[in-house]
Amino acid sequence: MPLDPSFIGRVYPPTAVFEVGREKIREFADAIGDPDPTYRDAAAAQALGHRDAMAPPTFLTGMSLEACHKVTDDPELGLDWSRVVHGDQKFQYHRPAYAGESLEVEVTVDNIKSMAGNDMLNLRAEVRSVDGEPVVTVLTLLVARGAEEGEA
Amino acid sequence: MGALLRYDEVEVGDVLTATEYPITRKDLVRYAGASGDFNDIHWNERVAREVGLPDVIAHGNLTMALAGRLLTAWAGDPAALVEYGVRFTKPVIVPDDGVGAVLVVEGVVKEQLEDSCVRIDLTATAQGTRVLGQARAVVRLA
Repeated sequence: MPLDPSFIGRVYPPTAVFEVGREKIREFADAIGDPDPTYRDAAAAQALGHRDAMAPPTFLTGMSLEACHKVTDDPELGLDWSRVVHGDQKFQYHRPAYAGESLEVEVTVDNIKSMAGNDMLNLRAEVRSVDGEPVVTVLTLLVARGAEEGEA
Repeated sequence: MGALLRYDEVEVGDVLTATEYPITRKDLVRYAGASGDFNDIHWNERVAREVGLPDVIAHGNLTMALAGRLLTAWAGDPAALVEYGVRFTKPVIVPDDGVGAVLVVEGVVKEQLEDSCVRIDLTATAQGTRVLGQARAVVRLA
């Protein structure tokens, strides 16, 4: 059954506050093999005019995905997660996320449409500091593949 | 604050030199832990095959992160990224053969924008197949 388009515009309240851990940044930078010193060394980041070590540009995918699960796990929406593939991912950066700061994320359902038996779900995660400063907007397209013939 | 690379040093058509990023099974395990994405298809061959994949595949967001390294290294400051988006068109298959996959990423300056910004288009391939579509970034230079 196609997803209910009346969910378009629905806003899911902020998740629990997420702390950008210094060691978590280092672990992530190591995992993507990026030697950039601004992820590890406050002085290196400060030399470029930043207040502290920074998170890599895709560091917050984990946090935003977790927030998106509030939507995808919503029983009212009825999305079958086992059929979901990640379609598009886009980040709009407002400022870097810094080591040690606390962030929260609010997710909005931007669009729902059905095409060729597939459901397309556009989610927008607004990541901001607990003081309300915008940090990054994460736009995610999830595609739920329709049941194949003979399956369902 | 911002990029080390200067806007007036850059022209449309400038190339971000093709760079190879190897991806092994160990890298996938490490990325799973760092990102919190433990989806079985990124480390468990049996599950990957059960859902119709030829083998274990890399996390889309890992592919995106590796391609992003080309951008941030080029600009000289990760905070120079204004916008970065990709479409995941094909999976990066990571066999357990002691070698794994090699992601090749290159970029080109497509457009000069206002406010010292440029638009970069990226091409990312693995096993000769393009794995990202519409991979684009806006970078603010000095």
